[in-house]
Amino acid sequence: MYPDRVCGTSRRAPLRGTSPTRTWGKPAHAMVAVANTSSVRATPAKRRRWRATDFQGWLWASPWILGFVLWTLGPMLWSLYLAFTRYSIIRAPIWVGLDNFERAFQGGDSLFWPSLGRTFTWALVMVPLSLMGSLLTALMLNQGLRGTAILRTLFFIPSLTPAVALAVLWRWIYQPDFGALNYLLREIGVNSPPAWLADARYAMPSLMVMSLWGAVGGGTMLIFLAGLQGISQELYEAAEIDGAGRLARFRNVTLPLLTPTIFFNLIIGVIAALRTFTTAFVATGGGPNYATWFYILHLYQTAFQNFELGYASALAWIFFVIVIGLTLANLRLSRRWVYYEGEEAI
Amino acid sequence: MTAIRIEPKAPASSEARQSSMPIDQRIRRFFLYAGSVLLAVMFSSPFVFSVASSLKTVAEIHAFPPTLLPAVAQWENYAAVFSLKGVPFAQFYWNSAFITFTSMFGTIATAAVSAYGFARFKWPGRDAMFMVLLSTLVLPEEVVLIPKFLMFNNVPKALIGKTLIDTYWPLILPSWFGGGAFNVFLLRQFFMQIPRDFDEAAVLDGASSWQIFWMIMLPLSRPALATVAVFSFLGQWNDFIHPLIYLNTSDKFPLSLGLRYFQQQPTDAMEPREHLLMAASLLMVAPAITVYLFAQRYFVRGIVMSGIKG
Repeated sequence: MYPDRVCGTSRRAPLRGTSPTRTWGKPAHAMVAVANTSSVRATPAKRRRWRATDFQGWLWASPWILGFVLWTLGPMLWSLYLAFTRYSIIRAPIWVGLDNFERAFQGGDSLFWPSLGRTFTWALVMVPLSLMGSLLTALMLNQGLRGTAILRTLFFIPSLTPAVALAVLWRWIYQPDFGALNYLLREIGVNSPPAWLADARYAMPSLMVMSLWGAVGGGTMLIFLAGLQGISQELYEAAEIDGAGRLARFRNVTLPLLTPTIFFNLIIGVIAALRTFTTAFVATGGGPNYATWFYILHLYQTAFQNFELGYASALAWIFFVIVIGLTLANLRLSRRWVYYEGEEAI
Repeated sequence: MTAIRIEPKAPASSEARQSSMPIDQRIRRFFLYAGSVLLAVMFSSPFVFSVASSLKTVAEIHAFPPTLLPAVAQWENYAAVFSLKGVPFAQFYWNSAFITFTSMFGTIATAAVSAYGFARFKWPGRDAMFMVLLSTLVLPEEVVLIPKFLMFNNVPKALIGKTLIDTYWPLILPSWFGGGAFNVFLLRQFFMQIPRDFDEAAVLDGASSWQIFWMIMLPLSRPALATVAVFSFLGQWNDFIHPLIYLNTSDKFPLSLGLRYFQQQPTDAMEPREHLLMAASLLMVAPAITVYLFAQRYFVRGIVMSGIKG
């Protein structure tokens, strides 16, 4: 049917050096064939010259590449430089060496360690809770109950709520005198219910509850649901024939096959938890008495309220290293527990 | 793109099975239904409460002990939000719409172009670049907030003599450069699944790469483009930290900042405004939910895509 594709190797290869063949128009296996002959001939592969199509590819991809340089790579390098300076926008940056990092790590900034610790506490509580919550709701939606589509929408809508609106809505629910929560508590006989967000002891758990409301039914749940539906029904049937009960099937079929999905949600969840900002900023402003002063709040305050841009850049880079470090650690640990179907057991 | 079914595999005839179901199955079903109703109540009650609050009168909103539902629903509260003193809510709405649609358009256009470059051309450094693209998916945006702020402040000051802070440029312009790695990635995956035979046939007919992009790739990728549009819409509509950093004048605020601005207005104890604040919040939520309901299919696909290869 396609004679040029079948014998394309022998016909096109000799032309390679002279004519700028459009390799992109060919199916992948034809490109592989071309590559193979050139490696036999060795010379054109070693001195691979730039061709018109190369330039074309770069050109098409250039919006993103340019954007990467302009909005990611360039800014990262700039902030790395600023991390070693004192800079307040009005005067030029002054090189101070490691002063900013010393200030952060050695107590020169009394809010650094507490805000970092608080952010980690947040992640340690929120990541497992939201993963388990999402998995449970996904399992529930996967039971084939009637009305599942409506349930899914109901579970999902909270996650569509913009963080600001979510914070404003929940502030009103938590409102000590007129809010719904304390209304219910008084109804069931609690005489003096707490002030929730306005109480330093309860502010953090209150924030956790409202964030969970917005997180459990969201994208994480949908990804779990897709993962669950990707598990072949035959495996369950086979397990059932082998006499596996419901729990055994969950433990030995569902969970292992779901580990890649859990792993993905874990990586995304950890990063999202560490980045917590808007809900806390709008709901509590970091208070009361710094009880919800998260790392990014501290970064924002340092950079855009106090205009200590050098020190704030150091904070940003410390954050970056932490996030990348945790992600890499997760990737490394994943080898121990994530099971990929079709992979040889080592 | 493989068809991803989110709907659970419904039993073929649940009615028929119901009657012949053993008793333990029935008990299990009962608990499942009870549990899902409980969950549904937990997920929806905050909304029910805020809708109820938004429909109360001034007297009801601060009545003590509070009531759960308004005696008569005050729908005019929603109109009142748009004529508040000192809070130009209609302006916020317009600002949000403007920022959202201009960046959405830029995202769709430039993400598609970049994705085409990654999907259909072989160029030196492409695979390395693609790895870079994937790794930026986990890059926390907060790291570049400060230098980006400086880029929109110092650089234009040096070049054209005025800052771009307190304009919409910093919010819109970055979207016009590929619109974020995730969108490029999503479209690239979609383009890869369009058979190359189509391109080849077009090449034989003398089509240029631009024509292939415009007349083959784009029309065949409508679902993926819709997904990108939905994601971009919600991302911009909900964005808070960027407007917070770049905008100072309240007239220029989008809804996210505007809602907080409204919330922080000094309130008169005699004239509480929480019912209007609730109405305003729900007015901000409404477009997001509407978009979701209309584009649910694309939305779910996008999320699932992110989980498959991300």
